[in-house]
Formats: sequence, C-alpha cells, structure tokens
Amino acid sequence: MNIVDPVARLGRSGLDFFQRLGRAHILFFNILSGLHTLLLRFGLVIQQVYSVGVLSLLIILVSGLFVGMVLGLQGYNTLVDFGAAESLGVVVSLSLVRELGPVVTALLFAGRAGSALTAEIGLMKATEQLSAMEMMAVDPIRRVLAPRFLAGVISMPLLAAIFSAVGVIGGYFVGVGLLGVDSGAYWSQMQAKVGLYDDVMNGVIKSLVFGVVVTWIAVFEGYDAVPTSEGVSRATTRTVVHSALAILGLDFILTALMFGAY
Amino acid sequence: MMTTRTAEIWVGIFVAAGLAALFMLAMKVSNLSSYTSGGGYDVIARFDDASGLKVRSPVTMAGVTLGRVSQIGFDPKTYQAVVTMRIESRYNKLPDGTSANIYTAGLLGEKYIGLLPGPASNPCQDEKLQAQLEGRKPDLKGLKCGPQYLKQGSVIKLTQGSLILEKLIAQFISKFMDKSDDKKQGK
Repeated sequence: MNIVDPVARLGRSGLDFFQRLGRAHILFFNILSGLHTLLLRFGLVIQQVYSVGVLSLLIILVSGLFVGMVLGLQGYNTLVDFGAAESLGVVVSLSLVRELGPVVTALLFAGRAGSALTAEIGLMKATEQLSAMEMMAVDPIRRVLAPRFLAGVISMPLLAAIFSAVGVIGGYFVGVGLLGVDSGAYWSQMQAKVGLYDDVMNGVIKSLVFGVVVTWIAVFEGYDAVPTSEGVSRATTRTVVHSALAILGLDFILTALMFGAY
Repeated sequence: MMTTRTAEIWVGIFVAAGLAALFMLAMKVSNLSSYTSGGGYDVIARFDDASGLKVRSPVTMAGVTLGRVSQIGFDPKTYQAVVTMRIESRYNKLPDGTSANIYTAGLLGEKYIGLLPGPASNPCQDEKLQAQLEGRKPDLKGLKCGPQYLKQGSVIKLTQGSLILEKLIAQFISKFMDKSDDKKQGK
C-alpha cells in the first residue's frame, strides 16, 4: 500500500490537471457559443469594457511613457558608440511595436484586469450569485462570463496600441528633447524601417492572442474557484501567475512563427 | 456606482483613443505612407553576386524608390542570381538600356538596387539605318517602332552585383604588394 501511494498521488494530480484543462476548454467553447447573444445586449459588454479597459488606461499610459523613455535612453547610449544615434527611432519603435507593447501590456492587463475579473467571478460563486442565476434560468456563462471575455478581447489590442504609441512619443521626448537626436531623422528612419504588415499588424495579432488567453484564464479561474475566501484568493494568484507564464511562452512561439526563419 | 451614460462615454473615448493609437502607428511609425498597392510590372536582372540583397529590398533610381525586389532565385545553368523586381506601374517609361547595380546604403547599411537610365533601343530605327548603309529597302516586319521601355518580363542586361568588402580589400592589398615589389626591384 505504502509503495503504491506516491504513484496514486501522481496519477491523481495528472488526472486533476487534465480535468481542469478539459473544463477550461468546455468553458471556452461555451463562452464562444454564447457570444452571439451579446449582440442583443451590447450594454453589458460596454459596461465591462469600462471596468476592464478604461480603468486600465492610467497604468498603461504611465508605463508606456516610461518604457519608451527608458528605451530612448538605453538605445541612445548604445547607438551613439556606433555613430548611429539617428536610428534611435527604429530601435524604440521596433522594440515597442513588436515585443514590449503587446507583452508588457498583457502582463499589466493580467495584473490589473485579469485578477479583478477572477476575484469578482470567484466571489459571485462563493456568495452563490451564480447558482441563484441558474435557479432563475439565467445562464451565468452568457450573462456574466461572455461579456467579460469579449470586453477583455476588445480592450487588449487597443491598450497595446496605446502603450506602443505613447512609448514612441516617450522615446521622442527623451531622444529628441533631451539627448538632441534630429527630429526628422527620428521619424523618417522609423518610417523607413517599420513595416505595417510585418511589424505593426503582427504586434496587433500578438496582443489579440494575449487578450484571448489572459481573459480566458481569468474568467476560468474565477468560475472554477473553490467557493471559499481562501479559494478565491488562490484563484486570483493563479490567474496572474498562469497568465504571465502563458504570455511569455506564447510570445516566444508567436515570435518564432512571425519573425523566425520559417 | 457609475451611471451607464458616463461609462458609455468613457468607453467611447477609450475605443477612439485605441483606434487613434493604431492609426498613428500605421501612418506615423510604419512605412504605410510609402507603401505600393501591389500594382506594377516585374523586371528581371541577373547578377553574378547578389549577396546581402533581400526580398523587399528597395529598387531606386536617382535615390527615389521605384519598386521593390519581389523574388531572388538561382539559375543553375549560368550560376547567376536571378532577381525579380516589381516596379510601380506609374514608372513605366524606363528605357530598356537601363542598368542595374547593387549598392550598399552607408558603410554597413542594407543592400539595395540602383537603376541607372541608359539609352532606349529602337529596333525600327536601327533597321532603317542599317538598310540605308547597305542600300536596300528596310524590312520593318515584326519590328517595333519608337523607343523601347522596360515592361513586364523585361530582362535588364547590364548589371553589376554586390561589392564584397573582403574582395575589395584583398584586391587592394595585392595591388599594394605588387607596387612595393616593383619599387624594390626598381631600386
């Protein structure tokens, strides 16, 4: 008996993992199949875009500005050694549009909006609001989860675009305003080297994928949380951790697909 | 609790700001403004050496981008690189004697193709002159009259491939060595 115990534990944890994965996918498809009903009640989505997107604006604006400014400083210090300080705009915009914009926005989004979604839904479950809805023949997936999911998917690319745009302006402040890079060179080099489809659109696709994944994780963790205060707190932590891991892992895969040698 | 109306206004502002940011990234940051809409014609040039040239490298004349490299292939018979360039259709009056060179932007910059305008051939005129010299009647059957321009599928005959820095240095060093050898022998 004693010898078999660890094996059984391993098997149980494996089964648990796959059960959770299965539940997550069932929930995902349930949400997707419920999305079309939202067209009739778009007010719900707008309400959620407000709490998920608009309320995240401040952190996105401020961090975008500072990330762009740091990129300007760091890029300038390296480029000036090669006498290529005019390429600062390219460095700042490419790193923002391709990588930092989508990734940092998604990480902040997971921390700011994802955790709030999980906590809200988890608490709804803990206080049996979701069960009450079911009693009244209201599908909580369509009424509660789907609008939040759609709001996250809508907000994420917009937030990432704002982040990148503000970052480019931040880099401009530091590079042109502080360090004396030529203003025309900053913009013209950028326009010459940054491609609309290769860079900007790929960044948008990345942020869209991150938006789907982060919101999915957040909504699922909340819906699947153990309905106790401890369970909700654990689910919230898991949302942030799993989102961050998923974002960084997926970012590598997406980058390899978009900019890799294949 | 925020009223629905205020939330809606804020969401409207948010979405507008997001779209404006995307628009700014597209117009101000990326090269959309210099993008071609795909219309144009393909011209082929064969280079002995096309190293450093990439698909989408610019094709310029007098420093103005007229098109982009659309394809780079290899001809196993002549062992040359076959570069297909897509030139924008509004630049359709390039003489067929145009030559193509691969240049480098700056010292370490990217490679691009520079076109140099050459004379436009005129088979009709040539035949007339030839006939006049030989004292016979010009046979203009199947010949095109008027100056000829590059068009879809034209091949640029005069080309010069990439200059490789190592090769240049090697040539320079060997010349230098020769000279110093000469001097020694002269003394």
